[in-house]
Amino acid sequence: MLKLTVNGKPATLDVDPAMPLLYALRETLGLTATKFGCGAGQCGACTVQLDGEPIRACLTPVSVAAGKSVTTLEGLAVNGELHPVQQAWLDEKVPQCGYCQAGQIMTASALLAKNPTPSDAEITEYMQGNICRCGTYPRIRAAIKSAGAALKKQAGVQVFEPKTKVEANV
Amino acid sequence: MIENVSRRALLKNIGLGASALVLYSPLNSLAKTSGSELNALGVFVSIAPNGDVQIVNHRAEMGQGIFTSVPQIIADELEADWQKVAVVQATGDSKFGDQMTGGSASIRRNFAHIRQMGAIARTMLEQAAAKQWQVPVSEVAAKNHYVVHTGSKRKLSFGELAEAASQLPLPDAASVKLKNTGDFKLVGKDVGLKGQEAIVRGEAVYAQDFTLPGMLIASIQRPPVIGGKVKSFDAAEAKKVAGVVDVIQLRDRTLPTDVKPLSGVAVLATNTWAAQEARKKLKIEWDYSDPKAAQNAKHNSSDYLKDLVATVKKKGIEVRKQGDVYAHEYAPDKTLEAVYTGPYQHHMSMEPPAATAWVQKDRCQVWTGTQGPQWARGLVAEEAGMAQEQVEINMLLMGGAFGRKGKNDFTLEAVELSKATGKPVKVIWTREDDVKHGFYHSISANYLKAELTDDGKAEHWLTRVAYPPIASTFNAAAKTPGDFQLSLGFGDIPFDVKNMQAEVGEVESHVRIGWFRAVAMINNGFALGSFVDELAAKADVPTDEMWLRLIGPDRLFSPAKSGFPKWVNYGQESDDYALDTKRMKDVIRLVVEKSNAREKTAKDEGWGVSYAHSFNSYVAAATKVRVKDNKVTLLEMHTAIDCGIAITPDRVKSQMEGAMIMGATSAMLGGITVKDGAVEQNNFYDYPVARMPQIPPLFVHIQPSNAAPGGVGEPGMGPVLASVTNAIYHASGKRIRDLPVSEHMAV
Repeated sequence: MLKLTVNGKPATLDVDPAMPLLYALRETLGLTATKFGCGAGQCGACTVQLDGEPIRACLTPVSVAAGKSVTTLEGLAVNGELHPVQQAWLDEKVPQCGYCQAGQIMTASALLAKNPTPSDAEITEYMQGNICRCGTYPRIRAAIKSAGAALKKQAGVQVFEPKTKVEANV
Repeated sequence: MIENVSRRALLKNIGLGASALVLYSPLNSLAKTSGSELNALGVFVSIAPNGDVQIVNHRAEMGQGIFTSVPQIIADELEADWQKVAVVQATGDSKFGDQMTGGSASIRRNFAHIRQMGAIARTMLEQAAAKQWQVPVSEVAAKNHYVVHTGSKRKLSFGELAEAASQLPLPDAASVKLKNTGDFKLVGKDVGLKGQEAIVRGEAVYAQDFTLPGMLIASIQRPPVIGGKVKSFDAAEAKKVAGVVDVIQLRDRTLPTDVKPLSGVAVLATNTWAAQEARKKLKIEWDYSDPKAAQNAKHNSSDYLKDLVATVKKKGIEVRKQGDVYAHEYAPDKTLEAVYTGPYQHHMSMEPPAATAWVQKDRCQVWTGTQGPQWARGLVAEEAGMAQEQVEINMLLMGGAFGRKGKNDFTLEAVELSKATGKPVKVIWTREDDVKHGFYHSISANYLKAELTDDGKAEHWLTRVAYPPIASTFNAAAKTPGDFQLSLGFGDIPFDVKNMQAEVGEVESHVRIGWFRAVAMINNGFALGSFVDELAAKADVPTDEMWLRLIGPDRLFSPAKSGFPKWVNYGQESDDYALDTKRMKDVIRLVVEKSNAREKTAKDEGWGVSYAHSFNSYVAAATKVRVKDNKVTLLEMHTAIDCGIAITPDRVKSQMEGAMIMGATSAMLGGITVKDGAVEQNNFYDYPVARMPQIPPLFVHIQPSNAAPGGVGEPGMGPVLASVTNAIYHASGKRIRDLPVSEHMAV
């Protein structure tokens, strides 16, 4: 049995410890926002945050997450209210097919947690592991900037960790 | 079941106050879940007493925004308040009309039909109000979610009228009055997009996400060569993996492949990890004894490309003949001759194919991401041995498609395996499966020859092309492109040139060929756009000037009357879609003006310009690059499009942005190679696509127009590839005629 925290809630998993975290999230816990894109750490579609750091869930054995805290896109909104990064994604009309966007948003929110005013070069550097085949890169750049501005406005408010525990389907 | 928008978001949007009185079936399951009282006004529109409106999107959403655009058109004709509109996804059913989502056709081929669906519902509301007030229907009019009596100013809300309206006979679609286009309130405006919030909340359901209780996950090892069969296999080790339930050999299939499965061996397990790990332990021996399979097993794409080049250097089969290009003696110093090549290309949608099927005794349900739900329904019925009425095709969101998911091979795999096991089965493709078993854009060679006249134009123009045609996937005898492919920037060159000839070479196909966004325009647009740039350089004029000279005077241009009798105008017979040379020249002028592509650039920098019309839209592109130390960097990209009425302008813009990035990828990166019949690439590490650092600022310029709507999803690609390589030429003097650019310089 593996114990970890998912979106603020304790989860106990009875799976092969070598199973990638991605499948534990998607199939065991029913959290399907996190996507399979390549299974090789190449595309970033499976990005989640492990203790706040963006990681590739497709290559991370679930055992690595034992005792740690995992945040997926489902855990980003607080009491149903969108995280500023999600809101910026809506305002900039970022998604086309939307499939890569969970990974994009989880990477972007990790960046902004460290640096709410990234330069273009810093955004590009941080986001280069996340592929979008539809071509939403310019809008992702714009959304990260406006989300950063929104986050700065909320100065003093800790917005990066879910304040309320979001139910995981365990 | 309606799964492709989040149920929670949907129910929230619809409002749950109403009780159930459902008259129309596709919405039944939703209505039952929600308990809302929906009154059907035709096939596409339902209205609840509280005024909430539900509109069906019948086309397939893959990122192009049709989930907004179809309901937007319907809501406009309905005179509905967009804020009160919730969108639901249709199943695959011919009662909705055409649902084949490809060819950039959703709006350009269905605009009138979609408008009628809104007008039917509006007419029924107006009739119900007139009946209630006992006035002639001519005295009432729907306006912004109410029907108003013009004389007395009395009004009734859509919600108040919905139930009475739903009792009325359906008006004939052809009889309902459509708005004047000048009266559109939603069409052409940036109304809020539907479906975006479910995506950013992580609630949107894609084909990979769908789940049923007791479902098995299948991972399939397919033959690496087309036509290969399983000779024998050993599943002993695979069956030892915890979670594995069964290992099943898929049945052999015949050639040509059509869009049917490739056969192979499937591992079925309770979870994806177990299925994929166990699959690695399968030992399979393949059988290539079929004569065509044996021939395919000798296919090497690098040798094949040399054959294509040799083919286009010889006279081919005439498809367009205007004047005589062979009677002329070409002056060597004024004549330009070039061959352009491109590799196989793969769609590389972010979501690899996936589908779930549940075959039961007397029915078959499917949940899949398909561009062709009605095509799927027929194929699934055949596979399951049932009538189409017993088959339900639920359309889930597609995580990208770009043509790949028009083919339902993965859907049929799920049906075959569910039928074999009696359980619901989800077939999940890995990225490697996707890369190795695609329906590729053709490897190609295009030849062009023209002679510059003294006034810097051309009087003689010869073009040839050779590539494995899409038709070969369906018909083993097909060796030349079909009329549709020939009409994509090859036979329809719109130049005011007296002598023009287009010829094709015959070639054998050895992998599955399919539609890829922009289709033959990928190679034809690259070749023509490059050649015009080469001519411009030879004549020492700007590229845009050469385009304007060659296109010539303002006129309606008919390829069919210019020596190309087999021209098909993307299925449009109407004069509304006649090719208009003024519109061509206007977008070229627009992109040059907006981008400032005629500016004098810094050393090592240059602009590239190109143009292409396709799918009834006109697009020009301008790209600026820097080439330094044999490395190319994109600095700025522009496209200008005239797509007639732009229904959802922001989605036109996003499609153009996407086409610039995909076009840049097609020009610069990757390509599929085949060795001994098998695809050599595996994943993003050897089939790279553009990442954020490679993409510069993008600019889209939409030509204001009231012309009939053209396509949007594909036309953006046409001019982009050549704009990139032309820019490289103008920055560095290096002409790239063989794609990808990455074979020649760092990207």
